[in-house]
Amino acid sequence: ISDDSSFYGGHGIVGAQVPLGCGIAFAQKYAKEEAVTFAMYGDGAANQGQLFEYICLWDLPSILVCENNHYGMGTADWRAAKSPSYYKRGDYVPGLKVDGMDAFAVKQACKLAKEHALKNGPIILEMDTYRYHGHSMSDPVGAHTFTRDDISGVRQERDPIERIKKLVLSHDLATEKELKDFFINLNIDMEKEIRKEIDDAIAKAKDCPMPEPSELFTNVYVKGFGTESFGADRKEVKAALP
Amino acid sequence: MWGILRRSAVDGGGFSASSLRRTRFSLVSARSYAAGSKEMTVRDALNSAIDEEMSADPKVFVMGEEVGQYQGAYKITKGLLEKYGPERVYDTPITEAGFTGIGVGAAYAGLKPVVEFMTFNFSMQAIDHIINSAAKSNYMSAGQINVPIAFRGPNGAAAGVGAQHSQCYAAWYASVPGLKVLAPYSAEDARGLLKAAIRDPDPVVFLENELLYGESFPISEEALDSSFCLPIGKAKIEREGKDVTITTFSKMVGFALKAAEKLAEEGIGAEVINLRSIRPLDRATINASVRKTSRLVTVEEGFPQHGVCAEICASVVEESFSYLDAPVARIAGADVPMPYAANLERLALPQVEDIVRAAKRACYRSK
Repeated sequence: ISDDSSFYGGHGIVGAQVPLGCGIAFAQKYAKEEAVTFAMYGDGAANQGQLFEYICLWDLPSILVCENNHYGMGTADWRAAKSPSYYKRGDYVPGLKVDGMDAFAVKQACKLAKEHALKNGPIILEMDTYRYHGHSMSDPVGAHTFTRDDISGVRQERDPIERIKKLVLSHDLATEKELKDFFINLNIDMEKEIRKEIDDAIAKAKDCPMPEPSELFTNVYVKGFGTESFGADRKEVKAALP
Repeated sequence: MWGILRRSAVDGGGFSASSLRRTRFSLVSARSYAAGSKEMTVRDALNSAIDEEMSADPKVFVMGEEVGQYQGAYKITKGLLEKYGPERVYDTPITEAGFTGIGVGAAYAGLKPVVEFMTFNFSMQAIDHIINSAAKSNYMSAGQINVPIAFRGPNGAAAGVGAQHSQCYAAWYASVPGLKVLAPYSAEDARGLLKAAIRDPDPVVFLENELLYGESFPISEEALDSSFCLPIGKAKIEREGKDVTITTFSKMVGFALKAAEKLAEEGIGAEVINLRSIRPLDRATINASVRKTSRLVTVEEGFPQHGVCAEICASVVEESFSYLDAPVARIAGADVPMPYAANLERLALPQVEDIVRAAKRACYRSK
């Protein structure tokens, strides 16, 4: 800046100046300048956000469900957000934090959310849940910080199916033996059934022929007006889009 | 990186550019086949370029999703967090608009961010900042606010990643004055162009290719030096020929070279130009070549309408019309969103046979 006034001027895109101001503050911190930046915006620019400010204004009957498993690819939630309380993000949109591993809690929350959304407008449901495995094959070693003990602990205490089993037992709805037999049969039959369904679907998909080359040009538009479209070599491969 | 780990064990942590170079030599020569020839993957080339530029200038920092602890989604930034610490390598939340805005703001204040997009498809979330906050600032501020930022990441098609993850953004970004747009092919291109991009005082869009990351290329001693840099705005003639000019960039350079081999068998000498720089476009080299061969085939992976090929054809028709002996030809991606089915994806991308066919048509030698 030529005259050292540290005034970066105005900006033509409403609302964009806020992260830019944060970037300047970032640079000040990086250089350890002990200085601050004022990023200024009006009530108009405050609505640049596309979510909460807007949907709340029009009372859209939407339920925002945040499935929080505490990891975004390789990055833990506390490394990605100052406040990982996603249910509190809404300001004028109310939010509920729900134990996402408890089937009954989830059911009740959804019932309540639907009633609310239809009557009052948007609501956030943050479903607290757990990721048993890493993100993908390309995770570096040690990316997933949950230990095997952590994981088996969660399976014991919070696994949705285990919990229902415990509830059934503690309310004497069935004996241990009845449950065991039930589960054995259920697991065997259900597992067999599910496995068959999946295997059938895979076989069907694999047997399915690859699409015809003409499929390259289908569904580009609903209404193509007969416009021409081309393959890699436009003199060789072309089609009229219906 | 194996080299970096070895050095910290031996040197106790001193990271000078020349000691990096020595390690780089020994790492590479352990893998070379013929005496005296060194090879390097594009991935290692990019990693070493960022490493050296960070070492040379404390204002350079890296920002993006999973670039730090995860070692980079494609491992391009592997080892950088361990080497430079969390004050130089930033893992961001998933908000391209947010971190691109912060990066551009940091560049306004004089830092030199290297912002990674996991793929350039996601750059569309941040394209307002790239165009309106970065590209136009120097012009609108009468030179008071320049933006020395580099945006890098994979661009174009990978393999079976579907329509929303396969678009080539070369034409879109290269149409904007105020931006520079580079597209490397070989490991040498990757090193030289990325170093140039990071050093450049203007915003640079650096378009890599996921499928090239693992490919090895021979690399010269000169290219391994930490001061190595390639000029922005200059194309490279990868293969000389006198019958037809083929221009292209990124992964398609490899395809064009294969096409040139096939054409040579039929007695057609193709001159293959690796653009390296989409903006500024090296019109001089392209036109000089067409004035020599009289025929032009332009190749790109992206959508054909308003593409890089279209610009090159227009330029040649404008500047070298009387030299042309055949219509200019474009081989580009199909004019449809990228299909998922493997056979359709193949049809939607230029193949070697498409380039050969177009070159022979230009030489009036088809069928």
